[in-house]
Amino acid sequence: MKETPLSNCERRFLLRAIEEKKRLDGRQTYDYRNIRISFGTDYGCCIVELGKTRVLGQVSCELVSPKLNRATEGILFFNLELSQMAAPAFEPGRQSDLLVKLNRLLERCLRNSKCIDTESLCVVAGEKVWQIRVDLHLLNHDGNIIDAASIAAIVALCHFRRPDVSVQGDEVTLYAPEERDPVPLSIHHMPICVSFAFFQQGTYLLVDPHEREERVMDGLLVIAMNKHREICTLQSSGGIMLLKEQVLRCSKIAGVKVAEITELIQKALENDQKVRKEGGKFGFAESIANQRITAFKMEKAPVDTCDVEEKAEEIIAEAEPPAEVVSKPVLWTPGTAQIGEGVENSWGDPDDSEKEDDDEGGSDEAVIFDSIKMDTEIEVSNTGSQDAPIVLSDSEEEEMIILEPDKNPKKIRIQTINAKQEKAPSKRPVRKRKKKRAAN
Amino acid sequence: VEGAMQTDAKIRTAGGTEPGPQGPGCSLRHFACEQNLLSRPDGSASFLQGDTSILAGVYGPAEVKVSKEIFNKATLEVILRPKIGLPGVAEKSRERLIRNTCEAVVLGTLHPRTSITIVLQVVSDAGSLLACCLNAACIALVDAGVPMRALFCGVTCALDSDGTLVLDPTAKQEKEARAVLTFALDSVDQKLLMSTTKGLYSDAELQQCLAAAQAASQHVFRFYRESLQRRYSKS
Repeated sequence: MKETPLSNCERRFLLRAIEEKKRLDGRQTYDYRNIRISFGTDYGCCIVELGKTRVLGQVSCELVSPKLNRATEGILFFNLELSQMAAPAFEPGRQSDLLVKLNRLLERCLRNSKCIDTESLCVVAGEKVWQIRVDLHLLNHDGNIIDAASIAAIVALCHFRRPDVSVQGDEVTLYAPEERDPVPLSIHHMPICVSFAFFQQGTYLLVDPHEREERVMDGLLVIAMNKHREICTLQSSGGIMLLKEQVLRCSKIAGVKVAEITELIQKALENDQKVRKEGGKFGFAESIANQRITAFKMEKAPVDTCDVEEKAEEIIAEAEPPAEVVSKPVLWTPGTAQIGEGVENSWGDPDDSEKEDDDEGGSDEAVIFDSIKMDTEIEVSNTGSQDAPIVLSDSEEEEMIILEPDKNPKKIRIQTINAKQEKAPSKRPVRKRKKKRAAN
Repeated sequence: VEGAMQTDAKIRTAGGTEPGPQGPGCSLRHFACEQNLLSRPDGSASFLQGDTSILAGVYGPAEVKVSKEIFNKATLEVILRPKIGLPGVAEKSRERLIRNTCEAVVLGTLHPRTSITIVLQVVSDAGSLLACCLNAACIALVDAGVPMRALFCGVTCALDSDGTLVLDPTAKQEKEARAVLTFALDSVDQKLLMSTTKGLYSDAELQQCLAAAQAASQHVFRFYRESLQRRYSKS
């Protein structure tokens, strides 16, 4: 499905509002939308909501052999997917420009900033390392995917626990979560992306643009920063010229925003850990707001299955006994046997195909005749490139048999069989051609 | 890879004198659902059965690609996305089962030459995944206002090695089970819409599972009704 286009008056309205320092959702210029973080029951699973933008993050791990040039380092892998659920314009299984750009930016933000200690992921140098895979799924697109995705990625990484391993000699033992507590990843810092949208060639600036604002913006500046105010990545897209002061101002704003978000993330992580430790209820079921009328819960429902047995017996008693199936194989022709009754042969009656065979035989002769005629004609004209048309006529014949656009699929099948059967007669013109060549 | 296959009851006729399922101990895990939680799709729902959670989004009836257009009914498309990695054969097989079930109840002829797309995202898998997918799809279709002949629900039954019937099994119970059977039932007279099974069982057990699924479906449909009542209530 195509994206609904933005009308000119909508565009003008949005730009006018921005000029007047107003935003559609009532935010101020530097305001972020509400961020909500909820965790799943598994480790390393979280949903981050940034306003209406929603990203699901899941971290998983696997023991693999390391890259040759990095024998002592674990592997980090990021994969952001734009699900069709997020917006109808996203097609499944297509690498759009946006997706490539977002994935690259995420990698730069999280892998290249070395926020995860990859050396601690090494189990046996050169042989076994942990591969950490971060899957991010965009569930709802309401602008600023990159900020939501970067938050989801770092939250999921912080929440993740990998199984404990021990190495004794050459033996690597993997412990189940029941045997030994899984261990968290060692995280040096938490880089978070902050997006700035520029309008009217950089005159106006907005933090955390929503989908509508993204569609009318001229340029985008993404700054990835951690709470120590270290810039991890900086990317400007859209081709606008920015002044030095503008970039500096943006980095200052980013510092404030990142500090706020980091605090929020830490609080959410602490909360989840506390609940898990106390043995309380956790998971997505608990994060559904109960007071909403769109949400509804039902406690465990016992199902009365006492009469199930009687019911089943009744049905079986009423049902006709299954027909005795003949399980003796019947040999039709060498190579074709039948076990049981089966269904009717959909390949057509043998008589019918024979008839077809005759027809085909007739047309085949005509074709042969044609090719002979052609040959004679060519002989008359005696041009240099005689071979080509002859070859053409040969292939034409075969094509005609296979691709004849018949509405009845049965017939097509029969014809394909015939094509195989006719291999022998179709050789005739070839032989002839060879003779001709010899004559030439 | 799960070797899910649609089977005919009579093919697997065995002894038929297996010990029957025990009545008590059969219960559905706690259910929760939230509707209309995504802003972009026409209808959306998240459905939780115990720790299994599915998020569903429905687009439609909407514009259809010319190559997929059907001139006398709507084109129904189901996309199931796994949580980790790319969709594989197991997902494709489930997609097909869900699509066939939906096609049986959605009144596609009312919207010819349109597309109805159901996107399902696995949020967490803790057993009875297909049943949860079906339930999420149904609620999302209702939320999108797609006309349907009846509602439908999915119920999974597992049979232990000693023939004990477990409704709505967890991942662990599914793993230990001798057979896992998933049924899709409609809400009008609890008739079977789809069945997929894995493992060995007798015909008597199949009928018992079906009867148990029908009993369980009453609870699911009551849950649907109550959640919809709440949704369209004023408070």
